[in-house]
Amino acid sequence: MTTVVELNQVTKEYPGGVAALRGVDLHIERGELLAIVGPSGSGKSTLLHIVGTLDRPTAGTVALAGHDVAALSDRRLSALRARHIGFVFQSFHLVAGVSARDNVAEGLLYSGLARAERRRRAATALERVGLGDRMHHRPHELSGGQRQRVAIARAVVGEPDLLLADEPTGALDSASGEAVMQLLHDLNGDGATIAVITHDGGIAGALPRQVRIRDGQVVEDTCTRAPLPAGGEVPCHATD
Amino acid sequence: MPRDRLTPARLGPRDVVHVGSAGLRSRPMRVVLSALGIAIGIATMIAVVGISASSKAQLLQQLDTLGTNMLKVAPGQDMFSGEKAKLPKEAPGMIGRIPGVEDVGAVGDVKPTVRRSEKIPKSDTSGLSVKAASESLLKALRGTVRAGTWLNDANGRYPSVVLGSVAAERLGITVPGQQVLIGKQYFTVIGILDPLPLAPEIERAALVGWQAAGTHLDFDGHPTQIYERSTDTSVESVHKLLARTTDPQNPQNVEISNPSATLQAKAATEGAFDSLLLGLGGVALLVGGVGVANTMIISVLERRHEIGLRRSLGATRGQIRIQFVTESLLLSGLGGLAGVVLGAAATYVFAASGGMPWAIPPWAVGGGFAATLLIGSVAGLYPAVRAARLPPTLALQAG
Repeated sequence: MTTVVELNQVTKEYPGGVAALRGVDLHIERGELLAIVGPSGSGKSTLLHIVGTLDRPTAGTVALAGHDVAALSDRRLSALRARHIGFVFQSFHLVAGVSARDNVAEGLLYSGLARAERRRRAATALERVGLGDRMHHRPHELSGGQRQRVAIARAVVGEPDLLLADEPTGALDSASGEAVMQLLHDLNGDGATIAVITHDGGIAGALPRQVRIRDGQVVEDTCTRAPLPAGGEVPCHATD
Repeated sequence: MPRDRLTPARLGPRDVVHVGSAGLRSRPMRVVLSALGIAIGIATMIAVVGISASSKAQLLQQLDTLGTNMLKVAPGQDMFSGEKAKLPKEAPGMIGRIPGVEDVGAVGDVKPTVRRSEKIPKSDTSGLSVKAASESLLKALRGTVRAGTWLNDANGRYPSVVLGSVAAERLGITVPGQQVLIGKQYFTVIGILDPLPLAPEIERAALVGWQAAGTHLDFDGHPTQIYERSTDTSVESVHKLLARTTDPQNPQNVEISNPSATLQAKAATEGAFDSLLLGLGGVALLVGGVGVANTMIISVLERRHEIGLRRSLGATRGQIRIQFVTESLLLSGLGGLAGVVLGAAATYVFAASGGMPWAIPPWAVGGGFAATLLIGSVAGLYPAVRAARLPPTLALQAG
């Protein structure tokens, strides 16, 4: 079992003395599916930025896929994101006027793969999320749930070590939201490591592990024996 | 332990263009408007250069047909008497024997003036002169007859006259057969010449046969202008021999000139295009560049989320910079392309309406394009640097 994310005593203070995170420890192992849950203002967004290497902590250490983030230049950090992290956003962030397949292929643009190969893998990823028949549809021709599935395909097309989903169901109706969560479960069953950031306790409760954040601190880290994946053992590495 | 060195992948040229043009494809109207400024600037510069190049090409073409191998011999001032010297009667024949000389034509001034009729006062010459002309004159000048015939052995003996183009116009003669009064005698117009750009003095003359001038107009037989055509290669050597051959006793009394030299000088000045208009084009180009910079800044502000997304997908700051500089270059490049086409079209219309050849110097097109690319990169640099400095967390903020 390898560690994908390792946060030790991470603190983040914004200019003006506001502390968004205060001494957070978080370990995520390969193959986990966990929720980072907390009310707005709890610091979960900041935690997402730091785990996603989009921001650096004020104090403490962050290691991602074995790389110490503090030691990396901005260029190397970009390469780290290109290879090891996939993002899914609440508002999808698809490129308007571009087909679903090309939107997914954008996820590989900075990977160094040739264009033809990027498009081939994009088609495979779209089929994986159940949109094999929507390759040439543009975002405005898709429903909200379909758009989020395109965004998920874009995030997983590079087979990242970690998939970070920020309120992935926040902009969807409950039926589409459930389908998206099911897809995340399926991807996790295939071996993907996924962290879902949410304020919704219901969504969090359906995941094998919940990390609760409040006032910049981890207040609870628990495992629920949620539905077992076909593989058998549910990996759970809660610290308490 | 890190398994890889984490070096960012390079974007291929095709990907750079693709990413750089994405923003343009989504907003075509804005592209048209902001490229327009550049297009106007480049079009102005191309048109200014193209129009002057076209008029120069026309002059050079004219020079080509007229030839630069003609020399004109005229009498100078006599060193001692200060009066106008006289060229020897034998001079045309002597010149004809210089190696390389192909044609020699001569004219000699006669005193009487030409008038439409007796009713016109004698003093009113309309700026025209009467000249005795040798039969070979027309060939030496490479002139052509617009109507009627040229002087020859037969009609040269009788009171007949050939009018230069300007002379015919001023006398109001449009067709041969009419009569004009020279001195006290009426002469029949047997021909009218086409314009002679190299010999404007012949355009303004009434030409009488050498013999008839002697018979009817008291012509003394001394030529006053000799026109000589040689092969192109022997112009220099003929020039050296011309004075001594014309008047072996007093070569200092002979003036030699090259009528095509003035045309050549004119062609050279036509090449110096109007710097004021060129400056105006430069100002338009600069304003266009400011427009592009403006569009780029707005584009960066609008696409903060896209920039954040690309950073989260693994784009480095350099790759974001390249994307926006490429966009700016494409924007101004499109404007430049449109400007070149517009300028070329404007030059074509001007040249076609003036009967000129259509000429656009390649250096103008190349220079215009280079200026466009320079402006594009300068205008795009600041917005691109701003885009690259945006924090990547932006994409995650809802909105």
